[in-house]
Amino acid sequence: MVSIFEPTTVDELRQIVAGAVAEKCPIEVSGGSTKKGFGRPSETDAVLGLGGFSGISYHEPGELVLTAGAATPVQEIESRLRAEGQMLAFEPAYLAPLYGTPAESATIGGTLACNLSGPRRPKSGAARDHFLGVKAVSGRGELFKSGGRVVKNVTGYDMCKLLCGSFGTLAVMTDVTLKVVPAPTATRTVLVFGLGDDDAVKTMGEMLGGPHDISGAAHFPTSLASGFVPTASDSVTALRIEGEETAVLARAKRLEGSIAIKGDTALLGDAESIRLWRAVRGLAPFVKTRDEIIWRLAVPPGTGARIVGKIAQTLTFRVFYDWAGGLIWLAFAPVPDAGAKAIRAVVEEVGGTAMLVRAEDRVRNRVDIFEPLGDALRGLSQRVKESFDPMRILNPGRMYAGL
Amino acid sequence: MRMPPPDPTTMSRKPQIVRALRKIVPGEGVIAEEDALGAYESDGLTAYRQRPLAVVLPSQTSEVAAILRFCQKEGIKVVPRGAGTSLSGGALPLADGIVLGLGKFNAILDIDYENRCVVAQPGVTNLSVTRAVEDRGFYYAPDPSSQIACTIGGNVAENAGGVHCLKYGLTTNNILGVQVVLMNGELIRLGGKHMDGGGYDIMGLMTGSEGLLGVVTEVTLRILPCPEMARALLLGFPSNAAAGDCVAAIIAAGIIPGGMEMMDRPAVHAAEAFAHPGYPLDVQALLIVEVDGAACEVDALAKRVRSIAQDTGAVSTKVSESEEERLLFWAGRKSAFPAVGRLAPDYYCMDGTIPRGRLPQVLDEIGAMSERFGLRVANVFHAGDGNLHPLILYDANNSGEMECAEAFGAEILRLCVRVGGVLTGEHGVGVEKRDLMETMFNEDDLNQQQRVKCAFDPQSLLNPGKVFPTLRRCAELGRMHVHRGKMPFPELPRF
Repeated sequence: MVSIFEPTTVDELRQIVAGAVAEKCPIEVSGGSTKKGFGRPSETDAVLGLGGFSGISYHEPGELVLTAGAATPVQEIESRLRAEGQMLAFEPAYLAPLYGTPAESATIGGTLACNLSGPRRPKSGAARDHFLGVKAVSGRGELFKSGGRVVKNVTGYDMCKLLCGSFGTLAVMTDVTLKVVPAPTATRTVLVFGLGDDDAVKTMGEMLGGPHDISGAAHFPTSLASGFVPTASDSVTALRIEGEETAVLARAKRLEGSIAIKGDTALLGDAESIRLWRAVRGLAPFVKTRDEIIWRLAVPPGTGARIVGKIAQTLTFRVFYDWAGGLIWLAFAPVPDAGAKAIRAVVEEVGGTAMLVRAEDRVRNRVDIFEPLGDALRGLSQRVKESFDPMRILNPGRMYAGL
Repeated sequence: MRMPPPDPTTMSRKPQIVRALRKIVPGEGVIAEEDALGAYESDGLTAYRQRPLAVVLPSQTSEVAAILRFCQKEGIKVVPRGAGTSLSGGALPLADGIVLGLGKFNAILDIDYENRCVVAQPGVTNLSVTRAVEDRGFYYAPDPSSQIACTIGGNVAENAGGVHCLKYGLTTNNILGVQVVLMNGELIRLGGKHMDGGGYDIMGLMTGSEGLLGVVTEVTLRILPCPEMARALLLGFPSNAAAGDCVAAIIAAGIIPGGMEMMDRPAVHAAEAFAHPGYPLDVQALLIVEVDGAACEVDALAKRVRSIAQDTGAVSTKVSESEEERLLFWAGRKSAFPAVGRLAPDYYCMDGTIPRGRLPQVLDEIGAMSERFGLRVANVFHAGDGNLHPLILYDANNSGEMECAEAFGAEILRLCVRVGGVLTGEHGVGVEKRDLMETMFNEDDLNQQQRVKCAFDPQSLLNPGKVFPTLRRCAELGRMHVHRGKMPFPELPRF
């Protein structure tokens, strides 16, 4: 039987963690329970629900910061900010639907714990870049804080960075402070049709290296293009421009004109742009094919197409590129070892990493989710884990077996 | 300033230690002569001086690893050092410790335009990264005012900022990868030319860790295309409050300027006398606001900023009409420290961050403190991100004045914390603000930070005496008090 704990105060939370330590009872840290399918399967018999730590406690638009309970739904934060003409400084990715869970349940704590960043990443940074302050309870049952409510801060170690992407294995976050920024009032997307992967990655790189201030650069090969751009019958390369109404159109036109490799082009207005990039954030074409394995490759952007070409020699998959080629999403029907060996061999060659984002539990038990660690880094990661959670109470094994 | 007491045994073993270091780094790479050590006795915080036991200047990562392995085995303290420009005493030596200087790691290893990054050794200066890529229209965004001298390794250690970080981020937001040697001599690579690879973000933790966790021997930096155009506006205000209102109104209008700097009247007068940038002298506060981006956008933005300034009471507004003029506007601000330095024999540069909205209140209180301490102060302020740099003027030759300036500075930092800010925005804690850490963090906060330190350096040999007010033994910190008996929360909902 699974025990569920739902503390409503920090003191209760601390007691629960201290009790779990006393009984050597590992607990699963859960925000909106949307991404249980991400990371290694939970190895716990108890669930710590954080629903009691929800709600925006501080938002002063002029200070460009927002503080919220860790279990505050991301969508609640986004709609509050929208009402003030602002947005999160990073663009969260929406992975929840990939696991058949509702996007609206995804919490800010869970998003930070997985360091999930969408298409604006190359221009504006990742979740980790805008995580300014935290209060959290360690696996020792102690409340600690780090960072603050100001944008610039080097007082003590930046624990926010460490907690971001730690999958709840170090501490239970209760309050988080994030940087927010003014939202653009207009969005245009330049579409280029018919580019091969190589030309698309080259073009995206050139445009990102130019004066266009591009806030999204993705490429959808023909097989997936209609999943993002319903009218597309050929591959689509999409470049997003954001800003003020008057300037955005001029900038988009100039961008369109400066693309060296010619294909047919089109310009999307606000509504269509927003729909397209929302689909990118949520990996729309992968949502319904629930049995497919999904990999996320982070690679040097210029190598994107080459890597995909090499992996294609051993595996058959559907693919699209984000971050101007630096982020590759692969989806394919289950194969033994989830294709890990073939994918990792190619990715390691160029100095990137591969992350298994979706597969059945038994597969995720066997196959490394993250890039396997070398001895020195594994030892260090183990010691860092122990420094927060010596009894391995919090989400043990969610990132790496035995850690 | 109290430092960890030197270990007499280590001091007495100096000859053997130097001999062992010379085996690792042959020739002139080890400095042990008293006179020559003098060059390393201080950093940018010159009030504190201490000659190290020896200085070692390796040029290979393998040498760094061998030195650290040796020091860990022998229990010798190590103070890493870049260019020695730290303003918080981050590179202050220890009498029983060696200084590990990274100055010979001064090569740019790779310029990769396809992946928009530069791989540099830690001893490369900040500005030379931009110099290496500017002919292709790129630059490296963090630009601390010491950028001519300060090095990338030190920038990583201190998470250096600059005047553009509201829009373009600090060092931590602009690096993609690091190679680090741990205190036990192990070499790890974190990140690379890709973004967000997964696993614990140890690179993020290392950035701003002030040389306490490891020694960085290589850094991969993100480079950005230069904005097509930039214009700066000089906006003069009759009061600090009006300038503060203008800053808030610009942000409320949805504008994130490339830079937004504020100077108070004493700073404006000093900068004008020093660099003649044409600052208005009849104002109480001056804002420099830079807007950058596509040409078609910049002119419209400049016009909007100007009109916001006029609405919030600006008495003078001027938009740069040429690149020369824009740089001239900045020249005054960039020389503010030396300019203010001419007003008194000595000055003490503070660094704290506050919520922007509290600026007028904080400046008023600093003004009151200035009268109480009997020391003049000039304020420069990264208004965009709330980072305040009060410059306290004093004369070290007058007995007690330095102590008075330090007390004044500490009170400013306590004020920063009290209004919801932090002790340091970009200069680091070092030795300077070490004993103030408890105004911001409680024991549990600091214990957890020190436990993280233990994961990297269990004997606390790497830069001890910095950042943390008390040195705790790792064994003591690691101890865990487990309560006997059942889970102590039967009253909680359990399903």
